[in-house]
Amino acid sequence: MGKPESSPVARKLRGPRDQNLVRLLVMLLFVFALMTVLRPNQFATIADFNSMMRQFPEYGIMAIGISLTMITGGIDLGVVGTANLSAIVAAKFLIAAVPQGSPPAVVLPYLAVAVIFALVTGLACGAFAGILISRFNIPAILATLGTQQLFTGIAIGITNGRPQSRLPLLYSKIGNTEFFDFFPLSFVIFVVIAVSVGLLLSRARFGTSMYMLGTNPKASRYAGLNNASILLRTYMLSGLLSSVAGLIMMARANSAKADYGAPYTLQCVLIAVLGGIDPNGGFGKIAGVTLAILILQFLSSGLNMFNNISNFYRDVIWGGVLILVLVFNQLLSRRAERRAVRKGAA
Amino acid sequence: MAEPVLKVEGIVKSFGGVQALRGVSLEIGPGEIHCLAGENGSGKSTLIKVISGVHEPEAGHIELGGRRFARLSPMEAIALGVQVIYQDFSVFPNLTVMENLALNMELMDKRKLMNYRRARSIAAHAVSLIGCEIDLDERVEKLSVADRQLIAICRALLQDSKLIIMDEPTSALTKKEVKALFAVIKSLQSRGLSILFVSHKLDEVFEISERYTILRNGEKVASGGTKDLDLRTFAFHMTGREFADEIYRPAEKPGRPVLSVRDLSLAACYSKVSFDIAPGEILGITGLLGSGRTELVETLFGILKPDSGTIEMGGKRIAIRSVKQAIRKGIGYVPSDRLTEGLFLPQTIERNAIVSVLDRLSGPLGFLRRRAVAEMTRKWIAELSIATKDPSLPVRTLSGGNQQKVVLARWLANELSVLILNGPTMGVDIGSKYDIHALMRKLAAAGLAIIIVSDDLPEVLACASRIIVMREGSFVRELDPATTTESVLGELSTGVA
Amino acid sequence: MLSPRRILRSSEPYVFAAIILLSLLIQARSGQFFTGNNLVDLVRALVVPALFSIGCMMVIVSGGIDVSFTAIASLAMYVTDRILLSSDYSGNVILAYAMSAGFGLAMGALNGFLIAILRLPTLVVTLGTASLYTGLMFGAFSASASDVPPSIVQHGKETLFTAVNQQSGLTSNMPSQVLILVAVLILVFFLLRYTMLGRGIYAIGGDEAAAERAGFNVRAIKMFLYSFVGVLAGITGVARISMMAYADPSTMLGMELTVIAAVVLGGTRVTGGLGTLTGTLLGVALMTILANSLILIGVPTYWSRAFTGLVIIIGTGVTARQIGARQIGSTRRRGQSLKTRA
Repeated sequence: MGKPESSPVARKLRGPRDQNLVRLLVMLLFVFALMTVLRPNQFATIADFNSMMRQFPEYGIMAIGISLTMITGGIDLGVVGTANLSAIVAAKFLIAAVPQGSPPAVVLPYLAVAVIFALVTGLACGAFAGILISRFNIPAILATLGTQQLFTGIAIGITNGRPQSRLPLLYSKIGNTEFFDFFPLSFVIFVVIAVSVGLLLSRARFGTSMYMLGTNPKASRYAGLNNASILLRTYMLSGLLSSVAGLIMMARANSAKADYGAPYTLQCVLIAVLGGIDPNGGFGKIAGVTLAILILQFLSSGLNMFNNISNFYRDVIWGGVLILVLVFNQLLSRRAERRAVRKGAA
Repeated sequence: MAEPVLKVEGIVKSFGGVQALRGVSLEIGPGEIHCLAGENGSGKSTLIKVISGVHEPEAGHIELGGRRFARLSPMEAIALGVQVIYQDFSVFPNLTVMENLALNMELMDKRKLMNYRRARSIAAHAVSLIGCEIDLDERVEKLSVADRQLIAICRALLQDSKLIIMDEPTSALTKKEVKALFAVIKSLQSRGLSILFVSHKLDEVFEISERYTILRNGEKVASGGTKDLDLRTFAFHMTGREFADEIYRPAEKPGRPVLSVRDLSLAACYSKVSFDIAPGEILGITGLLGSGRTELVETLFGILKPDSGTIEMGGKRIAIRSVKQAIRKGIGYVPSDRLTEGLFLPQTIERNAIVSVLDRLSGPLGFLRRRAVAEMTRKWIAELSIATKDPSLPVRTLSGGNQQKVVLARWLANELSVLILNGPTMGVDIGSKYDIHALMRKLAAAGLAIIIVSDDLPEVLACASRIIVMREGSFVRELDPATTTESVLGELSTGVA
Repeated sequence: MLSPRRILRSSEPYVFAAIILLSLLIQARSGQFFTGNNLVDLVRALVVPALFSIGCMMVIVSGGIDVSFTAIASLAMYVTDRILLSSDYSGNVILAYAMSAGFGLAMGALNGFLIAILRLPTLVVTLGTASLYTGLMFGAFSASASDVPPSIVQHGKETLFTAVNQQSGLTSNMPSQVLILVAVLILVFFLLRYTMLGRGIYAIGGDEAAAERAGFNVRAIKMFLYSFVGVLAGITGVARISMMAYADPSTMLGMELTVIAAVVLGGTRVTGGLGTLTGTLLGVALMTILANSLILIGVPTYWSRAFTGLVIIIGTGVTARQIGARQIGSTRRRGQSLKTRA
């Protein structure tokens, strides 16, 4: 029952989960082609690409954060709360510390400090959730449900619900810069994050330990992995990514508010699942999540161009596509497994 | 002989091109206890499923109660008196004993409403059939494994059964519980029921059954009366290979101990246990479930922390505060429950094999060295003869014995001085079992100190160079396998002189 | 059945204690808690979340999780409202309930089909259908806040009785929708405890494979379950707009997570198999008191959300600890052997 030696590419793409990547790519190209055909003068223009690149990093980065937590068998529903709280911390600092009308040279160091405050807030929020989950054994859904309320609540509390908008102009100026007049800073940040997190998962031992923990926490302990440490680091990473997303949102809106991005949580979970992250833990690649992000963005932008079709149709399509993909994935992986069992139990 | 309760002839069954049963025949008389034995993949599970109507055979027929059937449905099988008790007992842990016992009957009677008084009387009746005392209102998840099995048996008896099929019923039971189970089986027999007992443990085949059938590769290779059977013939039929049984003796006299334990105690688990082990020795620790043997070795591995006592390695006192520390000190552990504690079933064989040496296989930045990973995996697959063509397949595609070998590989990849194995051949086919034993001897001969925890007394006697018996948390005695027998070990474990 | 040890092991007493404590605290600070009108207001506030929590609890007990019930409730009630308005309906409110229940049934049945027949994971499926239904509502139907037919308004004004607060002169009316809650509670209690269907839901939550083998029609039970949740959601939607006299499609959205939190606080196990109506109601009561009465102890409204989050965290932490203790207890007991009179 020997198998012929297959090419490295074929071997890499063999499992049903890898085939998921191919499917996503096909889907992406399909949506792209569809939109281009239907609105040739608007879609696939430079301006449109530019606009898309400015929109997706904020939720895309949070989707990556949620994906990481799902890989370890949990979920971080508190990403939006963390993002907003981090942004508000930075905003409050800037508003309080920077004297009005200061020249850019003076403002710049304050901006750096504000960014650091935001990132530290993100790490702290993530650590809090991580401790609840790893030390107190609270199921991740419930713990992060709680932290979402808590962090948003704190954000509302310290701002009395009002948007923080008297930010130094330099912030959004820098935040909205474009490299080569085309690539927004937020897009570049997204790419850097996606690539590094992707490498972390696929090549680093931390990534492997995350996958193993997500698959079987008991066996992971017996194998010598430090479960609590892995979980803590994962949620801290998710918190950090959320704070980056919060800073990006603040740059785009030129203000920080406690309830920005409320629908993003659900969207990011959908993106993660569509992108191939197994909700039970242990499987999924950033490449898939990225493809899913792009599909959502193309759909969104495409639908925007039809004046008489409401944007909410995107949610309909999204929900429908997700379900179809789930069905497809399920059937395929069950079939592949049956084949493998027969071959392997030789 | 009286008319058989069950007779199957020429059963053929395949799954997608793979033949699981190639024309198997079997006969069980009334009031007979019959053992069905075979390695993993021999077809015994499939045969049971055919008899109970879960699978339809492609050829052959089934005779129940004198009537011939080409195929059966599960409902028909039950109506004809065939009941199967699976390994997981199919009980509802969140419901009470009463509900677990009564629900099946209520469903069979096609009831729509739940009448608790009726359920209680059904449950009380079921329990009286065997004569056990279990609190009907207790939630099943709070009961011991043996009690749950009893409930499954009581439930099976409620319907008018003629043949009860038990799939590996003793795999999770202690020796004492097995004895109690056998008493129950004998009482069922005296009531005229027949029992088909699936097992791969020879001592059980001997103790409880009158007749046996052995399957190998989907065919029946032997059957007959158990009084005419011996270990060598049994092993030969199961694997097709001849095995010699021998006792292990280290080549040289053991030198300085690599691990010394003095007066180690942990409240409610074990107290004042002391022993030494030197490189090249295989120390067998045996005792019943609850004797503290598992807790003792898990303390050595850093999962539990002792209240008092000392552990020394190489003459120096050490504290093992975590699993990672234990590994760093050179102690490895193959846990007893392979499926939930040892393996990451949907992950690749490669990942399962290297998960404990991620540090060693990665560079300074924390990135894994791909080539090193692949080489290590290849090396261990070859050394342990793990039967697989592709290490990127999920480990759950392997048989039990090969899975256990993957777990072993994971530990051997570390630089260990002490390897602890807890129940290493539970649920493992006899061929792999001997492979694992041979491997242990080889490793010990190369200088590893091995501790094997097992209540499989023949295994302990065959493998260990010294044996420690534990009972209810205390160290009872140390023995030399050459001068002791199974019954002595058994008596010391249970405290029955 | 009611041994003291068993009582202490469940969560309900703790939640009850928390409620009592909180009430006393609020009463001490403001003297306003145990007034008739405050209590009536609380009951009025908890009707809708309680109705949601019943269905939610049933799903979690079966081992699944449903986050689409608010979307179903919103879409069902919105479509019903539009239809009745555009046909100038002025008849009995019962028709509104029936229509909304019917739409809810269809939407819940879709969930049921995907989960029971196609065996897809529950969280993700319901996330998908929630997205689908809200998308339809805002997209296809361009939903926006709208009026409500007169009979529904009338229904909303029906009261069982009125409670008057002597000190402040405030009056509160006990809405007749409370009767719907009571009726649903009685129905579901009977269903879960005295029918095989109900026991089947618990059995599936305990061990689905065993339930299949025992003879439960697992697919049919799950199909019923999700469809029933849809019906309940539809009814809840109409109850909601009648109490508000106003149909705003987005008021109920976002409640899912707090309802789930309330269900879990009330002792329902997230992994399935265990859960009681009493506990669930207590959980909802606690969450409602928190949301509505914090102002009476001087917690500014801006901080109420943070407070709620903290309570969820503490509550689930305590529950998690209890589950942990239960598991350790049972594994220690595993060493015991049979008690058999052979």
